[in-house]
Amino acid sequence: MTSALGSIGSRLIRLVLLLAAVAAASFALMAASPVDPVDAYVGGDIAAIGPEQRAQIAERWGLNDPPLERFGTWLANIARGDLGYSHTFNQPVADVIAGKFLTSLALMAVAWSLSGLIGFTLGVVAGVRRGRWADRVITWWAYTLSSAPTFWVGLLLLYAFSVSLQWTPICCAVPVGSIAGEVGLLDRLHHLLLPALTLSLVGIAPVTLHTRQAVAVAMASDYIAFARAQGERTFGLVLHHVLRNAAGPAVLLQFSSLGELFGGSVLAEQVFSYPGLGAATTAAALGQDVPLLLAIALFTTVFVYVGNQLGDLVHAWLDPRTHRAEVTA
Amino acid sequence: MKVAVQLDRRRRTLLYTGLSVTVVLAVVIAGSFAVDAASTTQLAGRNLSPSWAHPFGTDRLGRDMFARVLSGLRLSLVVGVSAAAISGVLAVLMACAAAVGGRVVDRAITWVVDLFLALPHLVLLILLAFALGGGTRAVIIAVAITHWPSLTRVLRGHARHVVSSDYVAISRQLGRGRWWIARRHVAPQLLGHFLVGTVLLFPHAILHEAALSFLGLGVDPAEPSIGVLLAESMRFLSAGAWWLAVLPGLCLLVVVKLVDAIGENVRALLDPRSHHL
Repeated sequence: MTSALGSIGSRLIRLVLLLAAVAAASFALMAASPVDPVDAYVGGDIAAIGPEQRAQIAERWGLNDPPLERFGTWLANIARGDLGYSHTFNQPVADVIAGKFLTSLALMAVAWSLSGLIGFTLGVVAGVRRGRWADRVITWWAYTLSSAPTFWVGLLLLYAFSVSLQWTPICCAVPVGSIAGEVGLLDRLHHLLLPALTLSLVGIAPVTLHTRQAVAVAMASDYIAFARAQGERTFGLVLHHVLRNAAGPAVLLQFSSLGELFGGSVLAEQVFSYPGLGAATTAAALGQDVPLLLAIALFTTVFVYVGNQLGDLVHAWLDPRTHRAEVTA
Repeated sequence: MKVAVQLDRRRRTLLYTGLSVTVVLAVVIAGSFAVDAASTTQLAGRNLSPSWAHPFGTDRLGRDMFARVLSGLRLSLVVGVSAAAISGVLAVLMACAAAVGGRVVDRAITWVVDLFLALPHLVLLILLAFALGGGTRAVIIAVAITHWPSLTRVLRGHARHVVSSDYVAISRQLGRGRWWIARRHVAPQLLGHFLVGTVLLFPHAILHEAALSFLGLGVDPAEPSIGVLLAESMRFLSAGAWWLAVLPGLCLLVVVKLVDAIGENVRALLDPRSHHL
């Protein structure tokens, strides 16, 4: 019990150290950027204000302080839970992230589960039928998919299903002109379908290829030969002996791919005008919204880190050998 | 009587690789010739669907899409080559330093690698492109300095393996310095992995450049990069202009697959064992 608490504690400490490093590095990047914060804030009204007003804004924001002092102030604010104010969305950054992340989470969760299920199934089929035509088709398809740009796949789906067939809506997370709170679950799913499919297609390839490899190794093992000699059929072999062995790498990979998943959602949300955190990232970069961009960098770091840790835990649970090795070492 | 000479797998692989390299080079050369045609507007022939005169159709200003795609592919390849080469060299330097530099340097490099992998890659790219002020130069730098961590991990493993070997121990006993060992013993052993790894970084670099340009944070929108072309096509997709989106993406896919095939084939030729399982 104490060791469990200790491991949670050490994981938390590592996360805090990592966050501190990411915060310092991204703050340095923002400070080095040629974007003038006052210009970015004033936007189109740039001609309407004079140099005195600019100087006042700069003074009020502490832009004349040395960078280290500004970093200290920013860090202290974050520690108090104040992430700043986003001028692109006219909301506090914390509210923007909380609201947008929930929208994105639905998208990412559906895509993540789909890609895991489809990828794992295809990988098992390819691994069991290694060298046959099913394997060749699946492997070729997976390699092709991994060379295809996410947003292009999205555009193809958008053209096929929304423009030509008109089965799915062309944009957004809810019907145009309706209030988000009054939209039914079915409508939401309808809008989620195509972006989620796009996002899942991208994640399928690595899972398929790694699962195929793991299944192929398991199928070549002595215990499979032995079980076969005892009269077990291929289906039983896969069910009782191969699945658990092949699940480890797939789970580990799936959890450690949260970074790519988020990257994919940035692109998918841009294609389908889906108002999630990915689209907010693009908007923040284009609108030169530094507080939001910094907060997103920190938030996604936590997201990726949690994914990696969960992957380790599930992998250890699926494959006790990794656990024992840790104890004896 | 045998008409065709039976080719073994090695020769076949060599042939495929040579063919792929030729096609990629041809795209680059054709792309440089297409730069002028890519920006020539012909307002009489706007939004034409593909035909013999314009195999890829024309866009909203009547510019020939085939020329624009060729010129965009060339830009993608140039960005990809420079980014992959810079990343590859960085990875070798880091791996050598980690192997011979002692525990502190090794720890530091591992930590930097972890730091780069802590953020989603695309978010890191967006931050860098933003910090560098956007534009083609910013994209090349951003893509170049974010692709080395994964390769560094692989190369560091191989480099440590070399450093722990007997002949390096003997070399050290003979009084050779760290730098000498890194140059004469470690770096030559990494050459094969470096070549393959760099070529396989290529597709990632090209796709990331296209993604950044698509989001509007990459190359100058006036330059016809594939990402820019696809971003422009979005506005005309609902009007049924499928050729603006389908064909540029398809060409990018083919080029990425070709480069990927070159990398895999070179790996198979340099390290045939890696290809048998």
